[in-house]
Amino acid sequence: MKAAVIVFPGSNCDRDIQVALRQSMGSEPQMVWHKDADFDDVDLICLPGGFSYGDYLRCGAMSAKSPVMKEVVARANKGVPVLGICNGFQILTECGLVPGALMRNSNLKFVCRDLHLKVERNDTVFTKQYQAGQNIRIPVAHHDGNYFVDAEGLKALEDNGQVAFRYSAEDGSVNDHSNPNGSLNNIAGVYNAKGNVLGMMPHPERLCEDVLGGTDGRPMFDSLVAALS
Amino acid sequence: MSEITPEIVAEHGINEEEYALVLEIMGREPNLLELGIFSVMWSEHCSYKSSKKWLKTLPTEGPQVIMGPGENAGVIDIGDGNAAIFKMESHNHPSFIEPYQGAATGVGGILRDVFTMGARPIANVNALRFGEPDHPKTRHLVSGVVAGVGGYGNCVGVPTVAGEVEFDPSYNGNILVNAMTVGLAKADRIFTAQASGVGNPVVYVGSKTGRDGIHGATMASAEFDDDSDEKRPTVQVGDPFTEKLLIEACLELMQTDAIVAIQDMGAAGLTSSSFEMASSGDMGVELNLDQVPQREEGMTPYEMMLSESQERMLIILKPGKEDLARSIMDKWDLDFAVIGKLTDSKRMVLKFHGDVVGDLPIKPLAHHSPEYDRPWVPTPDSDDVLASDIQEAADTTQALKTLMSSPNMSSRRWVWEQYDHMVMGDTIQRPGGDAGVVRVHGTDRALAVTSDCTPRYCKANPVRGGAQAVAETYRNITAVGATPLAITDNMNFGNPERPEIMGQFVGCIEGMRDACLALDYPVVSGNVSLYNETNGKGILPTPVIGGVGLIKNSDKTATVTFGSEGESLVLIGDSIGHVGMSIYLDVIEGRREGNAPVVDLAAERKNGDFVRSQIEGGFVESCHDLSDGGLAAAVADMAIASNMGVEVIKPAEVETPTTAWLFGEDQGRYLISIGDAESLLEAAEEAGVSAAIVGRTGGNDLTLPGGSTISVAELRACNEAWMPNYMAG
Repeated sequence: MKAAVIVFPGSNCDRDIQVALRQSMGSEPQMVWHKDADFDDVDLICLPGGFSYGDYLRCGAMSAKSPVMKEVVARANKGVPVLGICNGFQILTECGLVPGALMRNSNLKFVCRDLHLKVERNDTVFTKQYQAGQNIRIPVAHHDGNYFVDAEGLKALEDNGQVAFRYSAEDGSVNDHSNPNGSLNNIAGVYNAKGNVLGMMPHPERLCEDVLGGTDGRPMFDSLVAALS
Repeated sequence: MSEITPEIVAEHGINEEEYALVLEIMGREPNLLELGIFSVMWSEHCSYKSSKKWLKTLPTEGPQVIMGPGENAGVIDIGDGNAAIFKMESHNHPSFIEPYQGAATGVGGILRDVFTMGARPIANVNALRFGEPDHPKTRHLVSGVVAGVGGYGNCVGVPTVAGEVEFDPSYNGNILVNAMTVGLAKADRIFTAQASGVGNPVVYVGSKTGRDGIHGATMASAEFDDDSDEKRPTVQVGDPFTEKLLIEACLELMQTDAIVAIQDMGAAGLTSSSFEMASSGDMGVELNLDQVPQREEGMTPYEMMLSESQERMLIILKPGKEDLARSIMDKWDLDFAVIGKLTDSKRMVLKFHGDVVGDLPIKPLAHHSPEYDRPWVPTPDSDDVLASDIQEAADTTQALKTLMSSPNMSSRRWVWEQYDHMVMGDTIQRPGGDAGVVRVHGTDRALAVTSDCTPRYCKANPVRGGAQAVAETYRNITAVGATPLAITDNMNFGNPERPEIMGQFVGCIEGMRDACLALDYPVVSGNVSLYNETNGKGILPTPVIGGVGLIKNSDKTATVTFGSEGESLVLIGDSIGHVGMSIYLDVIEGRREGNAPVVDLAAERKNGDFVRSQIEGGFVESCHDLSDGGLAAAVADMAIASNMGVEVIKPAEVETPTTAWLFGEDQGRYLISIGDAESLLEAAEEAGVSAAIVGRTGGNDLTLPGGSTISVAELRACNEAWMPNYMAG
C-alpha cells in the first residue's frame, strides 16, 4: 500500500499519523507539502490534525481552498480512500467531501481526553478489523468538534449508514452524558455517500501502542493496509 | 534633539544613580532612543541586578551539564548523543493585566528560548498561582490563563504534560504564570547567540514588528498599583500559528550550515537580542532600521527597538547564505530581511532614513549594568506546631474528604483536559500523576518532567522551603522511575528593595543550593520575577522548580495506579507527624502556623535511590510521593487513580498520634504498592531505608485508622467536583 499524508502549514499531527501508518504498513508514507499538488498516485490520502493556517478563520476553511485540496477532491471523487482526522475532518467538511460542519464545542472549551466510540459499521476499508457495534477507546483533542448538519442531511446520513462512529460511554451506551462536544446524534465521524472518505474528530493514531496507554486505534490502520495492499 | 528631563528618566524606570552611570558610559547625554535602550537592558527583568549576586551561588555544574545558565536555556546530556534543553520563565505581570494573551505569549516565549538553541520542543509544563477563589478577579484570571496556555500550546502542537495550580490570597493582585518548555536536540548540534565574523549579515525572520509590548520588560520590573489596567497596551499578542512555522523553519535552517548564531527576540525585543549576540561575541553591530519588517506605518526607531512583538528571531548568517535562508523562510511564508551586519566597532550603531539615530557601546551596556547587594534580613524562626498540639480528628476519613475537596487539593482535571497533552505521540504518562513522561522519539528512553514549590513553607522558613521545592521535584521524578538530572528555577518574589523580601530570596537560594548539592541536581537555567506586589503587599515567596529526569527504559516506569487487589502498601521514609504549615492544619483547623518541615537531604537521596532501584528492577506495582496532605492524601490519590479501595493500617509500634501520622507532611517519603512486601522490606533494611507496611489494596472503599469508610467513587466525585463547580460560578 502507498499512502500520502498532506502537510499544511500548522498541521501538528502529521508526524503522529506517519508513525501509525509506518507501524501498520511496514513502510514509509509519503509526506506531501501543501504547495505540491502534483504528488504520486497513492492508495490512501490522510489529512492530519492540527491548526492549518492557524484556523483563525473557520477551522479548515483556508486549507480547503489550497491547491493540494483540489487534487485531493479530484482523487476522492475517483474513489481513492481519504481519511481526515480532527483538523482533517474540518477540512473535509469545508471542501464538501463529507456533509455537515464542525462548530465550537458546546461548553466552549478545548477538550483533550480518552473517550469511547461505538463503531457503527465494519464493512468499510477503514473499519474491517473492528466489530460492528464494538466500543473502542480513542482520545479527542479539539476546540471545534461539535458536529452539525441540517435535519434533512442528518436523516440522509442516518438512512444511508454514513455515520462512522458515535461518542459512547464506557458501557457502550450512547447518550448526552457520553457526548463531549454537543455533536448531533453523538456523531464522532462520518463517511461520504460512497464510503471512501472518512472524517472523524477522535485521534486513532494516538492509541496504537501499549506504552501510550492503549491500542484501540491500531485496527483502523491495519484495516486500511489489509484492504488496500 | 529632545531634552532628556528627570521626568523622562524616571518614566523609564532609571534612578538617579543609574542615570549617572548612563552619562558616564555614553560620555554625553543620551537621546530618547538610547535612553529607552538603557531602560530595557537595565530593567530588573533583563539585567537581574538585584538577584545576580545570589544566583551566582547556585551549583550549575555536573557531568550531565552541557550548558548551564547564561544561554537561552540549559542543556543536559541524556545519552545516545541526545540533549535535553529546558528552561522556565515567568509571564506574571502581563497575565494579570490580560490573562489570555499574557499566558499565551508566556508559552510562546519559552518555546522560542528552547528552539533557538536547536531543540525541537517536546513538552510544556506550567505552574500557575492565583488569588483566593472568592476574590472577584480570580475566576476570570483562571479562565483566561488556562485558555491562553492551551490556545498557544495546542496550536503549536507541543504537549502540556505537567504543572500545578494553586490558590492563595497573596496572589490576589499578582498572579504567577510560569511556563517551562523541554526540547530535544542532538548534543553536537546546539546553537548559541555568540556572534562572530565581521561583515556577517544580521537577519530578521518571523512576524513583522508592531507597536505591541513596548516597554514590557520595564513593566515587569515595577510594582502594580490601582491603575495597572492602564498598562494593557504593553501586553503582547501571540500568534501560535506563526510560532509553529517559525519552529519548523528554524529547525530546517539549522539542518544546513548557514547559521553562525541565533537568538529569539524576547523581552526587550530587537534591543536585547542584538545586544546579547554582539556582546557575547565581543563584536559591534550596525542595524538599518528601514529594513525591519513593519506591521504598521510610521514606526519610529524607538518603537522598533523596544517593541515586543512576538514570533521573531534574529540570526547571524555565514557570508553568502542569505539566499539559502531566504528560500527556507519563503517556503514557510515567513518574513525575511537582512537588517544589518556585524562590525568590529564594539558599538551598536542604529541607522534610520540615512541618519545615525543611536550609537551605544555594547559591552558596558550589557555587562556593566548595575548590580545591587540589596540589604536583607533573615526571616525570623517560627514556633513550631507539634503533633501533640493538634486535636485528633473526630473522623479522619471525613477530614480527608474535606481536604480532597478543598481548592488546593482538588483535582486539576478541569485544567489539563483543556491542554493537548498527547500530541506528538510520545506521552507515556499524562498529567495527574507525579510527573509527566514523554518518550525520546524513536528510542526506548523517556524524560520525566515536573514543577513544584510549596510557597507557605517558603514563607515560614525560606531555607527549608527552598530545599523542599528542589526535593519535591526530585521525589516526583523518582516516583515515576526516572533519575533526576537537573533543574530550572523561576524565582517569584515581592519587592527586593524591602529587606525582608530580599531575606526570603536569600534564604530560598540557600536552601536550593543545599538541596542541589546534596542531590547532584544542578541548576542549568532560570528566571527571576521580582516586584510581584500590589499596593505594597507582596506574594508568598515562590521559587518554582522545574525538574527533568531520565528514564533509560520506558517499559520500566511506575504510575500511581495500583496493580491489583491484595497488594501491600509500603511507606518509605520516616514519619514524625510534622503538622506545622501543613494543608491539614490550614484547611481543617484554619491555622496557618508553625515551621516548614525539615528536609533531611541525606535521607531524601537515600530513599530516592532506593525507590528508583525498586522501580527499575520491576518490583513495584505503583508508586507515589508524599507531599501536601501527607500519607492520607497520597493514599486517596492512588485509590482514585486506580478506582480501587484501600485500607490504611497504622502499625502498632507507631507512637505518633493518628491524625498527625496520617496528615503530617514529613519529607523524603514515598508510598509503594507491591505484591511481595517482604522482599521489599528486606531490601529496604539492607539499604538502611525506613519502610513499613501501612495498608492493603482491595474492594471499593477507602478506610483510615480513626475514621469511617468512604467509597472511592464518592471520594473521586468530591475531588473532581470543586474546580468545575467553582469555574461554573
